[in-house]
Amino acid sequence: MEWFKKVRLGLKPQKKREIPDGLWTKCESCGEIIYKKELEKNLSVCPQCGYHFRISSQDYIGIILDERRLEEHDADLQPQDPLNFRDSKKYPDRVKAAQKKTNLKEAAITGLGQIDQIPVSFTILDFRFIGGSMGSVVGEKVARSIERAIHRKLPLVIVSASGGARMQEGILSLMQMAKTSALLGVLGDHSLPYISVLTNPTTAGVMASFASLGDIVIAEPKALLGFAGPRVIKQTIGEDLPPGFQTSEFFLEHGFVDIVTPRSQLKRTIALCLRHLL
Amino acid sequence: MAKFVLDFEKPIVELEKKIEDMKEFSSSSNIELSSEIAILEKKLGKLQKEIYSRLTRWQRVQLARHPDRPYSLDYIKLMAEDFVELHGDRLFGDDKAIIGGLARFSGRSCMFIGHQKGRGTKENLFRNFGMPHPEGYRKALRLMQMAAKFKKPIIILVDTPGAYPGIGAEERGQAEAIARNLREMSKLPVPVIISIVGEGASGGALGIGVGDVVLMMENSWYSVISPEGCAAILWRDRAQAPQAAEALKVASADLRDLGVIDKIVPEPLGGAHRDPPQAARILKAEISRELNKLVKLSPEVLIKRRLEKLRAMGVFSE
Ligand SMILES: [Zn+2]
Repeated sequence: MEWFKKVRLGLKPQKKREIPDGLWTKCESCGEIIYKKELEKNLSVCPQCGYHFRISSQDYIGIILDERRLEEHDADLQPQDPLNFRDSKKYPDRVKAAQKKTNLKEAAITGLGQIDQIPVSFTILDFRFIGGSMGSVVGEKVARSIERAIHRKLPLVIVSASGGARMQEGILSLMQMAKTSALLGVLGDHSLPYISVLTNPTTAGVMASFASLGDIVIAEPKALLGFAGPRVIKQTIGEDLPPGFQTSEFFLEHGFVDIVTPRSQLKRTIALCLRHLL
Repeated sequence: MAKFVLDFEKPIVELEKKIEDMKEFSSSSNIELSSEIAILEKKLGKLQKEIYSRLTRWQRVQLARHPDRPYSLDYIKLMAEDFVELHGDRLFGDDKAIIGGLARFSGRSCMFIGHQKGRGTKENLFRNFGMPHPEGYRKALRLMQMAAKFKKPIIILVDTPGAYPGIGAEERGQAEAIARNLREMSKLPVPVIISIVGEGASGGALGIGVGDVVLMMENSWYSVISPEGCAAILWRDRAQAPQAAEALKVASADLRDLGVIDKIVPEPLGGAHRDPPQAARILKAEISRELNKLVKLSPEVLIKRRLEKLRAMGVFSE
């Protein structure tokens, strides 16, 4: 294998050249070096392999809502620390760090907007904020967005990205699953459509509550979806997981997702579904 | 008597054995030891009080997992008559980790549903250690909707280390099955009484855990994640589970203080496994009392109250 070593050695200096700070980035999936501006223009989708980079809630608002505009409601909801929770960090410190990092108050942003001129009640989760986890505030914001849809007779659109229920609020986080799901039952009684959009990743407590309950469930390509995390499953069954396991396409194949659509078609697809249902 | 002894139970079990031996010796040898025995019995009472009055949360988790603890089918046998077990979700199969069926309870036919663990390795494999697949949650929903159709109250016993994390479970939509149950259980037009009798691990427990009244047995635990799961993620070490149990506040008194459960059901001294018939009598009395109140409410009032209770869950500032 002498030739192989040489090739690898030969590649080394080239690798260094690959990272001229700031202007270029490497695709996490295919390794392609992409000009950042081009990536942004392509909605953070790799032009080479179609890999959907994770983007912020603000980016999604720009992609999905008309005039990139969300009239935000309930912006002042703040988490408390009902359990006085502490692991390596105190929970309030974790929240503060996340707020500073993301410039958001919590992992959910909610309000009113328009999608291709259709007014909607809209909520989006941001994975950068403690993994998009659902504690009392996220649960409350989702609940209020459902109630807003009912009161104003609007369809509901929720874009999820979450590792699940927030451990630091313990059982109260679990209860948000029941709270949001029960309210979706009421929304359904009013025959108001709910479109659930699943982005990378949507798992555990969020997937096992409102994210799975859309009248129509739309997922971005190759997003990690599921109830249990792949690591936990692998540990439990003691085998490697099959390729493509727990992707959007896997759940499409098994009947739990209606449509897998690339980011560039997301807005159009949501609008089309809403026009049919309204 | 107890086949399995927890570390903190040891001093009690040893003293009990000593008393028993002394009694046996006394009767076989005709030597009068009653005053010595009385002293030891007094000591035992004191020791029990001492140990059981200040159990840590982790010790309660261990009691909730005690292999001699009564399981759902034990409680149904002890609390109700004429049980007819019903099987299958009509879609895929019959999950053995969730059982259900009709039984007479306090003079009424009720639908019983519960997680089911097994005793011993063979039975535990059959029951998948009380960890349901989607078909378990779908069977439970089918039975609940049948109960609604025939206006029968629903009595649910929660005892699971979690919904099963496996390939088949994901293929068949574990998340969707649980989510659907949460939504549909909130709309059931009949009384639904939940009793957490052992382990209440996360979505696996909540998936059959939405009701009008939530009772929790004294030594059961209920949380968003198991102590081990939480420790693995936040402490990167499953061995920190005792610490995680404290941080997560998983005990019955915690959940009562947080307003998540309605009532703690006391257990016989030392835990339900020390006297299952007595544990079942206490639980039956509590469920009966709640049921007698709930059957007087109209379906509309039941659903409205259930929704309002769920709607109020959460702590935040504004
Ligand atoms: Zn790529």
